[in-house]
This record gives sequence, structure tokens and C-alpha cells, in this order.
Amino acid sequence: MRRWGPAAVLFAGGLAVWEAAVRIFNIKGFILPAPTAIAAAFEAEASDLFEAGWSTFTTALAGLAAGSAAAVLVSLAAARWRFIRDGAVPFAVAANSTPIIVLAPIANSWFGILSPAGSIFVVAVLVFFPVMINMVRGLLSADASQMELLDSYAARRGTVLRKLQLPTSGPYLFSAMKVAAALSLIGAIVKEFFGGPQARLGQYITTKAGLLQFEEAWAAIALASAFGMALYLLVVWIERRAIPWHISVRRA
Amino acid sequence: MTAVRLSGVDMVFNPGTGQEVKALAGIDLAVGQGEFVSLIGPSGCGKSTMLRLIGDLISPTVGAVAVNGKTPSAARIDRDYGMVFQSATLLEWRKIRANVELPLEIMETDKGERRERAEAMLELVGLADFADHYPWQLSGGMQQRVSIARALAFEPSILLMDEPFGALDEMTRERMQAELLRIWSETRTTVVFVTHSIPEAVFLSNRVVIMSPRPGRITRAVDIDLPQPRNRETREDQRFFELLTSVRDGLRAVEDM
Ligand SMILES: Nc1ncnc2c1ncn2[C@@H]1O[C@H](COP(=O)(O)OP(=O)(O)OP(=O)(O)O)[C@@H](O)[C@H]1O
Ligand SMILES: [Mg+2]
Repeated sequence: MRRWGPAAVLFAGGLAVWEAAVRIFNIKGFILPAPTAIAAAFEAEASDLFEAGWSTFTTALAGLAAGSAAAVLVSLAAARWRFIRDGAVPFAVAANSTPIIVLAPIANSWFGILSPAGSIFVVAVLVFFPVMINMVRGLLSADASQMELLDSYAARRGTVLRKLQLPTSGPYLFSAMKVAAALSLIGAIVKEFFGGPQARLGQYITTKAGLLQFEEAWAAIALASAFGMALYLLVVWIERRAIPWHISVRRA
Repeated sequence: MTAVRLSGVDMVFNPGTGQEVKALAGIDLAVGQGEFVSLIGPSGCGKSTMLRLIGDLISPTVGAVAVNGKTPSAARIDRDYGMVFQSATLLEWRKIRANVELPLEIMETDKGERRERAEAMLELVGLADFADHYPWQLSGGMQQRVSIARALAFEPSILLMDEPFGALDEMTRERMQAELLRIWSETRTTVVFVTHSIPEAVFLSNRVVIMSPRPGRITRAVDIDLPQPRNRETREDQRFFELLTSVRDGLRAVEDM
């Protein structure tokens, strides 16, 4: 409770300043609506918003899961076989520094504009590279003396991978997953900007903004933030259970 | 039969570069089956390097190493070695029990026996109550005892121990020494033991090998003719003190070189 206190106070204070600023300076709604106006729009639109938000959220989640799973598998292969590592890693590093989100409009022509597969694909590709790069780094960061220990038992390569390299990579994987969680929602929403079913956050925001209904657009943005945080917390929750031994997680 | 034989071994790290280190030069050493040999010498004289050569973690630049009549790598594949490293080297994601079970797991010992061995070994090193703790919840000395339990768990034919008791208080240390000697006499394991403590080397060993640095060489070997089994009286024996003196003199000679 005490840990959350300062953040809650800051959040409430921020909203109050925002509300006051809008009223005092008479800021127009199309520039920045007041929090109370956004809340009212939220209430009025709640069922449409949640329907759209939930679809976008599950798309992001599916893409995140698929992209991360693929990244983990490729990483394991890269850690195990040198030629895969030498072939794939430079490519992944290069891909990771390109704006993959530009695939979004193209995905529509591959999968059909109404198919969720296009969105899941874009999100999966988006999260794949950062997760893979970090996971490979983690798998290759095993401590040299722990490596020698396993060597002294004449452990096979697969055993070393399973019993030493995989656990070592856990913290790397989860820090990448936290970044990927945010990326996945960004990817899903931006993809929706380029068309698709109406009942999606990206479409909802562009439509409402087009109709100059900015309160509704802001309500959707607030919901997107909430889902983003939920996704992050989900990763943290899994992390606590998966690597309870790690210094970032352990409690004395 | 000799358990370990090094003949004319040189070990040079990073040869031909600016960081070239001549760690060992002209090492000849034979350790008999069931013998307990200690290596003692100033820091950096190549004691750990010698253990790593015997354990097939590195290969000599010149010369040959044989273990139980095989190449070191064949001995390693036969799981002849139990290594205790200078640092505990526990896997931090495994609880203490699972750390001790690690070698047994790798050697595919069945589950029930694994459990049993791990419990017995933890009992032996006085850590039975910590089986379900994580390594970071233990002190440095306790962690080192876990690593000793782990090395003993699969009853290797050769124990290579690198300052295993360095982090222990005097009383625990003497208890661990007594336990090690008991295990050694029961199992007839061959032990190559590195230490900085003269009394420890003399108390434990059949032979103490004295080394000098830069490059690491064997300068002298002192046969320890104290009777077995060794116990509290051993430490008060007149002969014990004479041997302490002769090892100390050997080390002094190294320093004066
Ligand atoms: N992997 C390595 N690469 C380069 N040099 C090394 C390596 N390992 C050891 N050396 C060098 O070999 C020499 C002997 O090192 P070693 O660790 O065997 O000493 P030691 O006798 O065990 O010392 P200590 O008592 O401090 O543990 C040192 O000069 C060290 O710098
Ligand atoms: Mg050393």
C-alpha cells in the first residue's frame, strides 16, 4: 500500500492540474478535453469501448505469445548450433533496427483486411526480434565457471543448454518481454489504423477523431493505456513465478 | 597404479601475444591410487592451473597428463572427477538440495537414490536444515560446503579440491578436515588438494608438494609419515610439528628465490 501511495497521489494531482488548466485557460475540446469530459465519454461508450479494447488486447496478446514463442525456439537453436547463430543473429540485429511496423498496411493485402491473422502477424514479427536478440544473449551469458562445472561432469550439449543456459537466459527473456508487451499493443493499434473491423481500438480512435469526437478518442487512449499496463503486469506476474530465484524478483 | 601422472608439463596461456603467461614449467608429478596429495605455494604459482589440467578443463602446452591410465578427457567422460572449485559455483536458480543432486541428475541416477545421496551429503557437511534454501540465503562458507557435498555425492574416483576450506572458520574447518579424511579412508578416493594452510596440508596429506611461481614449478615434496587414522592427537604429535617446520622451510626457500 505504502509503495503505491506516492504514485496514486501524483496521478490524482496530475489529473487535477489537467482539469484546472482546461477550465482556467478555456482549452478547446479538440485540443485537449478535460478528464471529467473524457470520463463522461468513457461511461457513455463503455460497452463499445470494451468490446473494441478487448479485441485489440487479445490480438496483441496472441501476437506477443506467438512472436515470443518463435523467438525462444530460434534462440535455442542459435545457442545450440553455431552456424544458425552466425547466420541468424546479424540478420536479427539488422531487422531489429528497421521500422517493422511499416508492414502494417501490407499485412492487409496478405491476410485480408478483416482477418485478425494480419494483426497477429504484424505483432508477432514486431516482438520477435527484440525477444530473440535478448534471449540469445542470455543463453550465451552462462557463467564460465558454471560451464566448467558441467564440463567436469562430461554433460552433453543438450544438458548444458537445459540445465545451465536456459535458466541463465530467464532474466534476459523477461526484460525483453516487458518491452515486447508494450510493443505488441502499439503494433496492434497502429495496424488497426490502416483499416480492419470497426470494433477495434485503432479503428475506433481514427473514426472518432475523424468525427471530431475527441472525448471518445481520448477515452479509447485511456483504455489502451490500461490494457498496456495489464499486459505488462501479466509479464511481471509470470516472471515472479518463473524465476523466483533472480535478484530482481527475490524477497528475503 | 598411479591415478594421476603429469610428465614434463608446461602450460602457457595466450602464447605469442602480449598477455602470454607461463603458468607452469617442467611439471613432473605422480599421484598413486588412493593417495592424498596437497599442493601448496604462493598465490599465482599455478595450483589451480594444475588441477584444471588434471581435470581436462585445459590441455597442456607441452607434455602429457594421464589419469587412471587414460587420457584426462577419457577420464572426464568416465566421470572420474569430482571438482571443488575455488569459488562455490552453485547454480543460483537451484535450491541447495537440487545443487547437490546436479551431478547425479546429469549422470542419470534414479530419483530416489539421488534424493538419498543428497540428504546424506548435506547431513555430512552439516547443512541438512538448509536443503530448501537458495544459495544466496547461505553464507560463503556454507556455500562452499554445499559444493563439497556436491563433489562427494557421486563418489568420484579422483577428488580435485581447490582451497575448499578457505572460507571456513577454524572449528568448522577442522571438522570438515576430519570428515574428508574419514570419507577418503572409507572410499580410497585419490585426492589432489590445494591449500594455503601449512597445518591443513600436513594434517591431511600423504605428501605435500611445494611450488614456486613464475613460472610455476615443483620445488620440493615432503612425505608426511604421520600414522593413520589421523585425529586430534595427530595435531599434538611431535612429528606433526617437525613436518610443519619442514614444509614452512620449503616455502621460505621459495620466497627467497
Ligand atoms: N585462463 C587464463 N588465462 C590467462 N592466464 C591465466 C589463466 N588462468 C591462470 N592464468 C595465469 O596463470 C598463473 C597461475 O594461475 P593459478 O590460478 O593457477 O594460480 P594459483 O596458484 O591457483 O593462485 P591462487 O593461490 O591465488 O589461487 C597466474 O599468473 C594467472 O594469471
Ligand atoms: Mg587458485
